[in-house]
Amino acid sequence: MVRLNMILLLIAVVCALGAVTSQHRARKLFQDLEGEQERVRKLDIEYGQLQLELSTWATHPRIEKIARDRLHMVTPDAVGRVVDKPVATAKKKGGR
Amino acid sequence: MVVRRRPQRGHRFAESPVLELALQGWRSRTVGLLLMIAFAALVGRGFYLQVINNDFLQEKGESRYRRDIEVSASRGKIIDRNGQMLAVSTPMKSIWAIPADARTMSATQKQQLAGLLDMSARELDGKVAAEKTFVFIKRQVPPETAERIAALKLPGVHQEKEYRRYYPTGDMTAHIVGFTGVDDKGLEGVELAFQQSLLGHAGSRSVIRDRRGNIIEDVGALKPPQDGKEIRLALDSKIQYIASSQLKAAVEANQAKAGGVIVLDVQTGEVLALANWPTYNPNNRENLSGAQLRNRAFTDTFEPGSTLKPFTAALALEKGKFRPDTIINCAPGRLTIGNATISDAHPHGALSVAQVIQKSSNVGVTKMALTIPPQEMWQMFDSVGFGQVPQLGFPGEVTGRLRPWKNWRPIEQATMSYGHGISVSLIQLARAYSVFARDGDLIPLSLLKTEEPVVHGVPVFSAQTAREMRAMLEMAAGPEGTAPKARVPGYRVGGKTGTAHKLVGGAYANKYVSAFVGFAPVSDPRLIVAVMIDEPSAGKHYGGEVAAPVFSQVMGSSLRTLGISPDAPVQVAEAVAGKGRL
Repeated sequence: MVRLNMILLLIAVVCALGAVTSQHRARKLFQDLEGEQERVRKLDIEYGQLQLELSTWATHPRIEKIARDRLHMVTPDAVGRVVDKPVATAKKKGGR
Repeated sequence: MVVRRRPQRGHRFAESPVLELALQGWRSRTVGLLLMIAFAALVGRGFYLQVINNDFLQEKGESRYRRDIEVSASRGKIIDRNGQMLAVSTPMKSIWAIPADARTMSATQKQQLAGLLDMSARELDGKVAAEKTFVFIKRQVPPETAERIAALKLPGVHQEKEYRRYYPTGDMTAHIVGFTGVDDKGLEGVELAFQQSLLGHAGSRSVIRDRRGNIIEDVGALKPPQDGKEIRLALDSKIQYIASSQLKAAVEANQAKAGGVIVLDVQTGEVLALANWPTYNPNNRENLSGAQLRNRAFTDTFEPGSTLKPFTAALALEKGKFRPDTIINCAPGRLTIGNATISDAHPHGALSVAQVIQKSSNVGVTKMALTIPPQEMWQMFDSVGFGQVPQLGFPGEVTGRLRPWKNWRPIEQATMSYGHGISVSLIQLARAYSVFARDGDLIPLSLLKTEEPVVHGVPVFSAQTAREMRAMLEMAAGPEGTAPKARVPGYRVGGKTGTAHKLVGGAYANKYVSAFVGFAPVSDPRLIVAVMIDEPSAGKHYGGEVAAPVFSQVMGSSLRTLGISPDAPVQVAEAVAGKGRL
């Protein structure tokens, strides 16, 4: 009888220690997850800022200015344009 | 009587005389009962606390270790139809202080802070000297600067997350996109009109933090943050750029007061471009004037002048009283109604209905208008959208002025037939032209990108009338018409000029509004472009001279941008063949 009680006590102690460790490990993992989520948020913000930067560099007035002043490009006049095949959906190059 | 001796030491307990004094039984029972009641009270209290009032205690307990934190949500982006950013929020920090605590900063700390914030030390001193419990030192500080400030660990200086709105396209799209205030609330344009959808809703979560402030566990239900919805406008930023740069050039060349350009998609009713001049930079809104802020295309009305003639003519055709080749005698270029005289800018002789539109004869149109009952003319104006809010959901849309037909005098009906005594906004005028560009139906407009490829409008005229009008309007934009400068190489265009005297203090002054509204390609109209130039004062004021060239530029570039194939290849083919390129 005493021996059985001792075994049960041992099992109870082991279980209790197990519960404590698993709780600890869960919290560690949760902290890692939290850290990664923070990173996601930071990257998201950075992505937004980069997108903003991209669209600021790619504004039409800037592109036109560079095309005209630096690359000396001109809009072709009617003479310079050739329409290959008048299809309604055909995308034409040129223009601005 | 027995005399008893006092008990002495050494007596046996059993002999104690006290024992002989029997107590009444109820006394011990009472004590027992009282004890039992006390125990019952304890048990009851325990039960009450543990079972009945459990929530309250649980909450009290949790509040010792549980923290509610707010999860911020950002405002939705505004993008154009191709995904180009028009307005986007990025996180910023606001630096605030508790002045009483902040005053304990050392001189070097103050200097560091002032240096990082780009402020003078005196300005900073002024802020922390305030007798308040809270003061903003600087708002909308870039996150990197905020991190460096946080690293200084200054006493009484705190940070708060906030957002700043950026508009990469700047003044180009300022009027349509609008802007927000410091606290992320839409104040103008689409930012105001779609405030409800754009607004993000912050979420919250309750967590357990450890001693070091790290979050170690989520407890309870969390409310996820809801970011604002992304708004995809119908706007095409390329076309918008073309429209705004051409408008700016035209306003400057003509020394005009203001101007507006609208580009509509005929098939879907989408607003592809909407530009106003003067405009402003929404990223830097210092020293703004009302004139810059106003979205004239929506909020200002003007007398449209001759651009309204096609509507009168279409109604006359629709009634079957005229045909495009019916001859109207317009000589001698004057017509007297009551005690007022209507005259043409250039006197004409006998003109067909088509020529009346082509040459823009006031007399000819008036003669057509006078055969139509006022009520029917009013109905037609009403059904093409004049005198009604365009219902785009845009702040400040106006109805324009269309007086009830019952009070019309004949002279008023006559002037209205060529666009005086009635006022419209540019957006109303552009939309009304969809009845000609389409087969007689008026389309609902949309600021947002629509999913349906083809929208069906409300029929106003028959398809036959619309076709006939298209032919007449093409003539008006032809070499013999009033606006040969509206032509676009490679495309057939149709449209109508308008040159209206401006009403200044109730009388017509020598100031003009020049307009041109048209569509292309005539064989299968895809775009409507409406141009309005307010008070051109560099010598030219006719719509055909001032507004038509803008129309030509905007229409030509837009058609090419959209890849719409030319329907008048003659000149191009000839020119190219002449150069021996084929």
